[in-house]
Amino acid sequence: MRLIQLDSWDLAIAALFVGLLAGLSWRGRLQIARPLLVSTTRMVVQLALVGFVLEALFSFVSFPAVALMACVMLLAAGREVQARQRRRLRGWWGYGVGTFAMFSSAFTAMTFTLLALIQADPWYQPQYAIPLLGMLLGNTMTGVALTLERLTEGAWAQRDVIEARLMLGHSWQEALSTVRRESLRSGLIPTVNAMAAAGIVSLPGMMTGQILAGSPPSEAVKYQILIFLLIASGTGFGSFLANWMAARRLFDERGRLRLDRLRPIDRSAT
Amino acid sequence: MSKGLRVSELDCGPLQSVAFEIAARECVGLCGPSGSGKTRLLRAIADLDPNRGELTVDGVPREAMSGPDWRCRVGFVPAESRWWAESVSAHFAAQSEARKHLDALGLEQDVWERDPAVLSSGERQRLSLLRASDNSPAVLLLDEPTSNLDEGSTDRVERWLAELQRAGTALLWVSHLPEQLARVCNRVLRIESGTLVELHACD
Repeated sequence: MRLIQLDSWDLAIAALFVGLLAGLSWRGRLQIARPLLVSTTRMVVQLALVGFVLEALFSFVSFPAVALMACVMLLAAGREVQARQRRRLRGWWGYGVGTFAMFSSAFTAMTFTLLALIQADPWYQPQYAIPLLGMLLGNTMTGVALTLERLTEGAWAQRDVIEARLMLGHSWQEALSTVRRESLRSGLIPTVNAMAAAGIVSLPGMMTGQILAGSPPSEAVKYQILIFLLIASGTGFGSFLANWMAARRLFDERGRLRLDRLRPIDRSAT
Repeated sequence: MSKGLRVSELDCGPLQSVAFEIAARECVGLCGPSGSGKTRLLRAIADLDPNRGELTVDGVPREAMSGPDWRCRVGFVPAESRWWAESVSAHFAAQSEARKHLDALGLEQDVWERDPAVLSSGERQRLSLLRASDNSPAVLLLDEPTSNLDEGSTDRVERWLAELQRAGTALLWVSHLPEQLARVCNRVLRIESGTLVELHACD
């Protein structure tokens, strides 16, 4: 099947609809027009740049180049997680918890998949490694960011209840259990919903892309299932880890609630 | 090994080098102007805020036990109680005998299975006393424990706490009512300009 090429005009026409949406938001004073335009511009510029980078990466297969690209993606994802929290942890914890959780989960899932399942030669073949990591990190980032946001906001809002439990001799795990549960649910619900709706309500982006590019649907489906399973485990483990680390940081060695370890609310966080 | 609470060289917020003792079966009152640091002192003793100082309960230093263990031995009843489960009973241990004390506190038996959110502030306040005593603490820190109660309920709570005191619990009782402190306490401490002064009655 021949791939139908898109030119710049096709993309510009599609962008008109986003422009129209931004105009409506501006008229309705919804305060979303500016973030919408900024994120649209960022998306176009970032994807255009990554297109060039991927073409260069694919042309010569080099482990240091793939590793460097993976590190840049991870650090950028860590920055995004940090920016999405209104009450983030002070100091390096605010950046480190999310980044470490994503590194541990997404990189482990990616490495296992490349080595044990896809078995490309060499295993770090950028054509597989980079898109796989991109999808994993993108979803893990959303899960970890939601988990951390709900955890810190929940701890702040429920501080009286948490302390009431501490006063009765409850451990920090018991005192924070409800908040932790809700935070994990928030982090995992987008992935659970996406899997439940896949194929009925929505056709996932990667599978759609493969089909548009001419792959047989049955092959595209197999890759999509693999990606969903990886995303679910990557997001799940990443959210668990971020949840535990941040929760632990909210209490000191005497099991006291330490909300002074959170920064004041950041209203610019998205 | 001395029974009760011993506090020495405790620094917390506006109060520096606080030192006092409460023996088992003793009730000590604490008064002082609003904002003088009464609640912060109770929070520090309950080890809810970072602080420096030497504290022992029944002769055992705070450092010798974990934070949760310390807070089991040193119970704290704040002025406003908080509840997290959908029934009162869910806030107590399964084998708790606290329910037997409902009558003594003037509470109906059916509050046990009710949602704390639908109870009056006075009922919640009495239940919070019951909840804090469920760990059999050696020391109970009481922050205005009758502030939401009418005269009859206040009388019942005072008698119930006196029973607890006779059974061996040491009480530190914060109140704005001098006549109440004079009635229930063996002695009274007052915060004046950041220091603790012992009174015979709170002026």
